[in-house]
Amino acid sequence: MTYIAKPKLHHPTLACNAVGYTRRDYEGKVSTLCAGCGHDSISAAIIQACWELDIEPHRVAKLSGIGCSSKTPDYFLGQSHGFNTVHGRMPSVLTGANLANRSLLYLGVSGDGDSASIGLGQFAHVMRRGVDMTYIVENNGVYGLTKGQFSATADPGSVSKKGVTNTDSPLDMIGMALMLGASFVARGFSGDKRQLVPLIKAAIAHRGAAFIDVISPCVAFNNHAGSTKSYEYVREHNEAVNRLDIMPPRAEITIDYADGDTVEVEQHDGSILRLHKLHADYDAHDRVGAMNYLQAHQAKGEVVTGLLYVDPQARDLHAHLDTVDAPFNTLGERELCPGAAVLEKINGGLR
Amino acid sequence: MQPTDIRKPDYFHKVVDCQWACPAHTPVPEYIRLIAAGRYGDAYMVNWESNVFPGILGRTCDRPCEPACRRGRVEANNGEKPEPVAICRLKRVAADHKDDIRARLPQPGKPNGRRVACIGAGPASLTVARDLAPLGYHVTVFDSDAKGGGFMRTQVPRFRLPEAVIDEEVGYILDLGIEFRGGQRIDSMKALLAEGYDAVFVGCGAPRGRDLDLPGRSEAAKHIHIGIDWLASVSFGHIDTIGKRVIVLGGGNTAMDCCRSARRLGGEDVKVIVRSGFEEMKASPWEKEDAQHEGIPILNYLVPVAFEHENGRLTGMRFQKVRAERDAQGRRTLVPTGEPEQRFDCDAVLIAVGQENAFPWIERDLGLDFDRWGLPVLDKTTLQSTIPNVFFGGDAAFGPKNIIWAVAHGHDAAISIDKLLNGADIRERPDPLLRMTSQKMGIHEWSYDNDVSLEQRRKVPWAAAEKALKSIKVEVELGFDAATAWKEAQRCLNCDVQTVFARSLCIECDACVDICPMDCISFTANGDEAELRPRLQAPALNLTQDLYVSDTLKTGRVMVKDEDVCLHCGLCAERCPTGAWDMQKFLIEMTHAGPGCRGKAAKREAA
Repeated sequence: MTYIAKPKLHHPTLACNAVGYTRRDYEGKVSTLCAGCGHDSISAAIIQACWELDIEPHRVAKLSGIGCSSKTPDYFLGQSHGFNTVHGRMPSVLTGANLANRSLLYLGVSGDGDSASIGLGQFAHVMRRGVDMTYIVENNGVYGLTKGQFSATADPGSVSKKGVTNTDSPLDMIGMALMLGASFVARGFSGDKRQLVPLIKAAIAHRGAAFIDVISPCVAFNNHAGSTKSYEYVREHNEAVNRLDIMPPRAEITIDYADGDTVEVEQHDGSILRLHKLHADYDAHDRVGAMNYLQAHQAKGEVVTGLLYVDPQARDLHAHLDTVDAPFNTLGERELCPGAAVLEKINGGLR
Repeated sequence: MQPTDIRKPDYFHKVVDCQWACPAHTPVPEYIRLIAAGRYGDAYMVNWESNVFPGILGRTCDRPCEPACRRGRVEANNGEKPEPVAICRLKRVAADHKDDIRARLPQPGKPNGRRVACIGAGPASLTVARDLAPLGYHVTVFDSDAKGGGFMRTQVPRFRLPEAVIDEEVGYILDLGIEFRGGQRIDSMKALLAEGYDAVFVGCGAPRGRDLDLPGRSEAAKHIHIGIDWLASVSFGHIDTIGKRVIVLGGGNTAMDCCRSARRLGGEDVKVIVRSGFEEMKASPWEKEDAQHEGIPILNYLVPVAFEHENGRLTGMRFQKVRAERDAQGRRTLVPTGEPEQRFDCDAVLIAVGQENAFPWIERDLGLDFDRWGLPVLDKTTLQSTIPNVFFGGDAAFGPKNIIWAVAHGHDAAISIDKLLNGADIRERPDPLLRMTSQKMGIHEWSYDNDVSLEQRRKVPWAAAEKALKSIKVEVELGFDAATAWKEAQRCLNCDVQTVFARSLCIECDACVDICPMDCISFTANGDEAELRPRLQAPALNLTQDLYVSDTLKTGRVMVKDEDVCLHCGLCAERCPTGAWDMQKFLIEMTHAGPGCRGKAAKREAA
């Protein structure tokens, strides 16, 4: 951590985006996490992504639970709405908020403890329901706040800082998200912002449940030899299946890859995801294929990263429930309580 | 790019922009920190070691450090007006607020039997004397005036530099056992050389002001004065009035001193008229501001044509209106606009259109060569003339410059003289003394204040205009008080506390990139400098500032840091989990004359 606040001074060439903000305007308070924490890099990637997407900060709600990762929303988007929930309960608060006001962008930030242990049930159901959100798990494989015990995502055979070998089977959050119906699934690495920033941008642009698992080394408790979530291990075993560019709606499309290597996907909002394939046999539209591919490569000790699955025609919770277009919180008493005659009509329809 | 070799003294020295720009390489951030700590005496001594006249320079320096100051670049697009730290005025704070420092000055050295003559008692000669006297040299300083100080005493007006300050700082030097022969003008170099001095240093300045040979010049001579001569007469009290309407010709600092002096001697309608544009005037921007502040208009693009007179009385001047144009070669020329001539009434004219060197007292058959501009032929570094034991410095060497350059020349000449008289090769120059010290005291504690101040530059308070304009002896600038000085000192970015990168410790976690407020740090594929500069985290477009490039890292990338607008806040080092970044104070001391600079052979002998 740092003791002093980041000085307000900025580079003389720092640019404004289309809504008139500099990248620095998307920052939050100064981080109190350990020096070198991967989570701080993820915060920086979120800041960069939101600036590039010209998002107005007051149109974002960031929600988190408890843990090192869940502290981070204090360190980015200081002008956005925020909610720190009870441990593991971020998904239900997010679901409620989304139902009440569908006009905001929802950013769920959680960790492997918050989502894979205490909040596992909540995680499963928010994915099942297809809540329109970007759900980021900052995954370091240990409980940093309680001095580095293995978390549920730690790989078997991984050695703790104290020298204990993990014998439990890991919870595979990517596999679960695919299985439970998330319509955008990706994995990134905090040490590679060139990959991570476009993934976050694509997830924010996605309408539906978008899940990103970000491997984020814990420098204090899980960055030693024998760890499978250290900077060095992830760099050595990182198998990126594709590289992603995202273009805003109606942007001029320029081709810079050889034909056949590139797949273009148009999302609901008109933005184009351009996938440059790094592994020829990987198809990011095949949910079952993705699950098999991931299992096979995980067994070899590889860390598969990139955009793993996307359903561009995804539907979200509001579509499933056939709600009105207007956010509920803008509806007045007249719309919400239309009177006895309307109730009578509804009841009549159910007889 | 090749990895940066930070062991070369120049690399980090260039990062300390102020010190690099200072001809005497004064360690500016070091003394500013001492001022912030209230250690004025210590701050004064740091200055005195390198620039000899802190109190004088703190009022009159040409301040090459301030345009170079990083703070000015850092504040660009970060507020209303980017301003450097008020370095010069902080120097004055050290001089004004110090206790008695006399006990800390060096003592005259044990006589070594060598005799050195210095001609002129200006800043260059006095610096030579100060550097050589403690080594045991017998230094004799000659000056045609009764008191030492040269230009600083005779031409800088008293409202900018009180006499007491000159007496004090010149006194510190003359008290080092110097033989000062005031009132003794040297009329013959031949005669002086015959006196058998081991070395002679010529620091007599550029004592002749340029004249303007225009119609009416001789007829109205009584009311037309050469600027520097007039200033000297004012300084000695020979002149104490001037006509009500005064025209000052010329756009340099001497012109500014002339017009402001005229304003104090009864000039009510004083104006400055320059040939070129206002922006191109040689005067420092703050001196122009000071003149305008005192109600003196500066009229530009007017070329003097003639003096008008009636019965030997000056009545006015005529000017031709011109405009600036660039010719095919890109050279700027002044072309008449064709408008009718402009006429201004006046009772007196002060001509301050430049100075020339004049050496009528140096016989041309001595073997001392002059170039076609009448300047001595010198070695640029050693300042040695074509007579091996005769050296030049200050304005006498390369034409009019300023006090701080004269001091730098004095140091260099003293090294040359000391080496020459000890049988060493004077072309071999001494390396500076270099120290790098980590400033880390705890996880996020440093032995310097790394919390960057957002304060704006402070203005120096002025004496009330009606009081200041009444007498030429009333000092206009009052200097900072201690509280204001502290605030101004806090604006210093501590550029001498360097960001030092250890490649072997770096785990490439990006923490430094994320926290850097100025986007100075990038981890990227290596490339040519020209290709690398625009694609860094923030484009590195200031080509005068270096890139700090590491050796190849584990991922095959390199760390590139653009030094340009680094705040030296140390956040990269605070956020670094492995200590790959460290903040280290870089202290460079220029070696002055003495046994340490006499070369390897002499060192062995001494040992």
